[in-house]
Amino acid sequence: MKPFTKLVTASAMALGLAAPAIAQDDPLQVSFVYVGSVGDLGWTYEHDRARLALEEHFGDAVETTYVENVPEGADAERVLTQMALSGADLIFTTSFGYMDPTNAVAERFPNVMFEHATGYRRDHPNVSTYSARFYEGRAVMGHIAGQMTESNIVGYIGSYPIPEVIRGINSAYLHAREVNPDIEFRIVWAYTWFDPAVEADAAQALIDQGADVIMQHTDSTAPMTVMEEAGAIGFGQASDMYQFAPEPRVSSIIDDWAPYYIARTQAVMDGTWESTDTWDGIGPGMVGIGEMTDAIPEEIRASAQDMVDAIASGEYHPFTGPINRQDGSEWLAEGEVAEDGTLLGMDFYVEGLTGDVPN
Amino acid sequence: MLRLEKRPAPSRGWTMATPVLAVVLTMIAGGLMFAALGKSPVEAIRIIFWDPLFNTQFASYARPQILVKAGPLILIAIGLSLGFRAGVWNIGAEGQYIMGALAGAAFGLALYPSESPLIFPGMVIAGALGGWAWAMIPAILKTRFRTNEILVSLLLVYVAEKLLASAATGLLRNPEGRGFPGSRQLNRLDAMDNPELIANTGMHWGVVTAFIAVIMAYVLLNKHLLGYQIKLAGQAPRAARFAGVNPSRLIVLCLGTSGALAGLAGLFEVTGPAGQISIDFNVGYGFTAIIVAFLGRLHPIGILLAGLLMALTYIGGELAQMMLQIPAPAIQAFQGMLLFFLLAVDVLSNYRIRINTEGVA
Repeated sequence: MKPFTKLVTASAMALGLAAPAIAQDDPLQVSFVYVGSVGDLGWTYEHDRARLALEEHFGDAVETTYVENVPEGADAERVLTQMALSGADLIFTTSFGYMDPTNAVAERFPNVMFEHATGYRRDHPNVSTYSARFYEGRAVMGHIAGQMTESNIVGYIGSYPIPEVIRGINSAYLHAREVNPDIEFRIVWAYTWFDPAVEADAAQALIDQGADVIMQHTDSTAPMTVMEEAGAIGFGQASDMYQFAPEPRVSSIIDDWAPYYIARTQAVMDGTWESTDTWDGIGPGMVGIGEMTDAIPEEIRASAQDMVDAIASGEYHPFTGPINRQDGSEWLAEGEVAEDGTLLGMDFYVEGLTGDVPN
Repeated sequence: MLRLEKRPAPSRGWTMATPVLAVVLTMIAGGLMFAALGKSPVEAIRIIFWDPLFNTQFASYARPQILVKAGPLILIAIGLSLGFRAGVWNIGAEGQYIMGALAGAAFGLALYPSESPLIFPGMVIAGALGGWAWAMIPAILKTRFRTNEILVSLLLVYVAEKLLASAATGLLRNPEGRGFPGSRQLNRLDAMDNPELIANTGMHWGVVTAFIAVIMAYVLLNKHLLGYQIKLAGQAPRAARFAGVNPSRLIVLCLGTSGALAGLAGLFEVTGPAGQISIDFNVGYGFTAIIVAFLGRLHPIGILLAGLLMALTYIGGELAQMMLQIPAPAIQAFQGMLLFFLLAVDVLSNYRIRINTEGVA
C-alpha cells in the first residue's frame, strides 16, 4: 500500500471511530472482555451477570457484546482493537493482565472509553480503573472462621502472591485472631486463578494438615466438593456458590459489579464520563456478603452482621491499628487506619502469620 | 458393501486433496453446530473465513494479525515436523516455548538498562538455547535410558509453567510494578523490542524467522542427506539402521532443532506481541502447532498454509464471538473438528474404497 492511500485509510478509520460517539440515536455499544468462561461460576460469571443486569436496566438503549476466554497479552490487544473497530463505545476489560493492552488500545481509540478492572494504570484520559475492597469481606469471613474452627487451623488457598491476595490473607487472619487467639493459618499457593484439579488438591492438602475451615482466593467450586466430602466448611468466592449451602458453604464474598457498570454506562450516555479510579467495598455494594446459613450459630451470625454494618457505614476499617508486621515492627499505631496506597502495594504478612510471602 | 483396500503407496492426488476436503467437511459440520446453537451457519462461516481477510471494517487490522498469530505456529510446527517424520515425538513444544522466552528475557533484563545493540541478538541466542536445553532433557533421557520422549516432553511443559509463574512473581518481576506479577514491558525498551518491521503488515522478526525456517526445512528435506535420513528413519527404521543412520544422533538432532525453534518462537513473542513475561504468557501455541504440523502434512509448504489457516480461524473465531455471540467453546470445537476430519479423511490417501458387487455372503 502506498503511504498516501495508507494515510487516507487511516483517517477514514479515525472518522469511522468517531462516528458511533456522535450518532446518539444508535444504542450505546458496551463490550466486555473476559479472561475466563462465562460459566466458571466465579469471577467471569459475576462480570457477565453484571453485563446482563446492564442490558436489563437500559433495555434497547444499550447493546452489549463480549468475548470470553481471552488470554492476557497479545490476544487481548487484538480482541480489544477489533471491539473498538466494531463500534464499541465503552469497553470493560475484566482482568488485571489486560492492563497494558487496555492502555495501548486506548491510545489508538481516543473516542472509546475503557474501564480496566483491578489495575492501576490510567495512561490516557479515556481509561478508568476499578476494583473492589474484597478485604472487607475477608474480615467478615475471618471473623466467622475463627469461631467455627475446632482444630484452630484455617486453611487458605492463595492464587498468586500479589497484593490483593496478601491483603485478603492479612484481613482474614487479623479478624480470626481477634476472636480466637490460638488460630493458625496454613496457606497453599495454587499459582492459578482457575484450575479445578489444582484447587481440589490444595483443599485436600489443607484438610490433611488439620484444617476444618478453608478460605479460597481461587474461583472454581472444586474446593467446595472436597470440603463437602471431608466435612469441612468454607466460603463462596467471587460468586455466591449457593449450590453448596448450607454446608460446606456457610457464607460468601460476592463481587457485584452491576451498580458500577450501570453508573458508568449512564455517565457515557450523559457525556459526563471521565477517567476515575474506583475502589468500592461493602458500603456502595460492590462487595456483597452472601447469606450466612444455619450452620453458623446465631450469635456468630449476629456479630458478623454487626461487622458488616460497621464496615458498610464506614465506622470500622478492617485495618485499624495496632497492627505489627510479621517481623514484629510496627505497621499501624493504636487507632491508626491503613492508607489505600499501602494496602494497594501490600507485600508483607502481619504479625502472627507463619511462613514467608513467596519471593 | 464398502470395502477398504490398501494402496501400494499413498495416493498423491488424495494427499493434496484431503486437507481441502477436511476444511469443507469442517464447514459443514461446524455449520450444523452453529445452527443448533441458533446462529446463522452461513453468517458464522463467512465471519470466520471471509471477514478477517476482506471485511472493510476489520480486514486492514485483521490481515496483519493473521501473520502475527501464524508466525509462532509455523515456526514451532516446522521444528516438530522434522521429528514427527523421523518418529521422534516432541509433544512438549509449549514448555520449550516458555523456556526460550524465559531464557531470552532473563538475558535481556539482567543487562537492563543497557542500550547496547547487541542485547536483542543476545536474547535471540539465549532464547534458542533455552528451548534447546529444555528439549535436551527428553532427548538425553531417551538416548541414555530409553524413556518415552512423549511423556517426558509433555510433563516438562507443566514444570516450565511453574517456572514461568515463579519468574513472573519473583526473579523477573518488574521492580517498579507495585508488587504485581509480570516483568518489565520488554517491547517498550528499545534494546529488547521486537518491532513490527514494516508498518501495518504484522511482520516482526519471528514471522521472518518462520519463513526462513520453512525454506530451510524444504531444502533440508529435499536436498540434504540428513533430510533423507530423517524420512528413512520414520518410514523404515530397520532399513535406516542398515543405511548407517545413527538413531541416537537423529533423536538429539530432531528434539534439539524443534526445541530451539520453539524457544525462538517464545522469545520473539515475549519481546514483541506479548511484550512481557507474565504468569499466563503461554497460550497454547506449542500444542496448536502439533495440529498445524499434521494439517500441513508435515510438509514445509503445507505447514505454512496450515499455520495461516489456523490463525485465520482464531481471528475469525473471535469476530464470530463478538458479532454473533457464539460461545468460545463452540469455536474451539470448530477448530477441533478440523483436525478430526483431517485424520478421518486420511484414510482416502492410504486406502482405496471398493464397492463390493458380489453381495454380502
